Amino acid sequence: MKLLPQLFHSSLGKKYIMAITGLGMLAFAAVHLAGNLRLFLGPEVLNSYAHGLHRAEESLWMIRVCLLVLIGLHVSMAVVLTHENRAARPILYERSRLPGASHASRTMIWSGLMVAVFVAYHLLHHSAKAQVSLTGHDFAAFRTTLADGTACHDVFRMVVAGFSQPVVSGFYIVGVGLLSHHLSHGIEAAFQSLGLRNRAWDAAVRRLASGAAWLLFVGYASIPVAVLCGYGREALQ
Amino acid sequence: MHLSLRVWRQKSASAPGRFETYEARHVSPDMSLLEALDGVNEDLIASGGDPIAFDSDCREGICGACSVVIDGIPHGSRHGTTACQLHLRHFRDGATITLEPWRARPFPLIKDLVVDRHAFDRIIEAGGYVSVKTGGAPDGNAIPIPKTNVDRAMDAAVCIGCGACVAACKNASAMLFVASKVSHLSLLPQGRVERERRVLAMVRAMDDAGFGGCTVTGSCEAVCPKNIRIDVIARMNREYGRALLKGGSPELAL
Repeated sequence: MKLLPQLFHSSLGKKYIMAITGLGMLAFAAVHLAGNLRLFLGPEVLNSYAHGLHRAEESLWMIRVCLLVLIGLHVSMAVVLTHENRAARPILYERSRLPGASHASRTMIWSGLMVAVFVAYHLLHHSAKAQVSLTGHDFAAFRTTLADGTACHDVFRMVVAGFSQPVVSGFYIVGVGLLSHHLSHGIEAAFQSLGLRNRAWDAAVRRLASGAAWLLFVGYASIPVAVLCGYGREALQ
Repeated sequence: MHLSLRVWRQKSASAPGRFETYEARHVSPDMSLLEALDGVNEDLIASGGDPIAFDSDCREGICGACSVVIDGIPHGSRHGTTACQLHLRHFRDGATITLEPWRARPFPLIKDLVVDRHAFDRIIEAGGYVSVKTGGAPDGNAIPIPKTNVDRAMDAAVCIGCGACVAACKNASAMLFVASKVSHLSLLPQGRVERERRVLAMVRAMDDAGFGGCTVTGSCEAVCPKNIRIDVIARMNREYGRALLKGGSPELAL
């Protein structure tokens, strides 16, 4: 039996793909957060980190292509599976209670699609530096000089300028909140789909899923909250 | 006590269906829900009406025939209970109870509350068995099996194939049923011989029947009258991955 057709044609195979791509994106979210949190170490650390990333342009593109493949597979499998799942019950119950099903588990396709929209906005906002933030700043014009004299993009000022707008911060916090809600079920389900769960591991997998989801939420949300509380305001002077 | 039963009535798969309300008067709290339906049917027959069609057989919770969604929950809201073992004492006097059939594309409606569950039989035919040469019954203790494996196999083997897992799942997925059979047989030495072929064939039959996929909501284990837990699904996912990596085939070797 050919492995790949079997993967894409069976319901279990599609769930393996969902799980593996999901965990891959989770790994990216964790690394991305570790990078973002350098904001709290000051402008010099964050800007030289960002500058270093952009100097490794080839590997950066490799990572971007990998992420695009992960997102493409995850979203396409989600759409196909959702369509198949709906088709399996053409006539709905008059009263439907879905016993035992958590809110996150019932709404994965919606939280997932909203996170996708948020990611698209986020990329326009910070990577393409487009003027969708309504902050009135030209992010591309933010330049700074590192301690060693290198001129580079002032990421620190861009982040502070963006998050100084309560609307931008609010939207961001809602976005990472949705992501965490999605992950609180997604991580647990990924372990289940890959068969990496039994009665002995069950409690540990549940704790890992909710712990990781909360950690990502607190980590990501801490940045706009800190900026709204006045952190880094001097960079805008 | 007195109950109102809102029952889904539909003459055939192609006929339109609707809810009809029937009064179950002077029923005892010690009667089962199906006995209340029997009473309503006796009245219907006496008045020349068409009795409500519903499945039941053993009426002691072991055959898996009864299949009614009670107020939105397959077999009702009592844990580990089939509809036939659900007694009226668990309802409030004067309550209105809504009864619907299992709703899933692979379970086409036959009449009223009766659906065709042959899709489960096709899954079993695909691999839910152990191939043995017929002959004298082997000695029960000839093959040593660890006690933990026996217990885990039994935890899965208690499945009565009622289909409540499908009825409860938001995706009408049959994963808990199929995983129970796969787990039960793959945990025992007699079943291990065909484990790769079995899981590939049974999953293919499940997908072909048109059941949805598992999204790990846990609704199936919440309604399972035999309290089978979704760790059997994790075991089947593991078995399936193992079979794929070993290059197994769902076809029977001739």
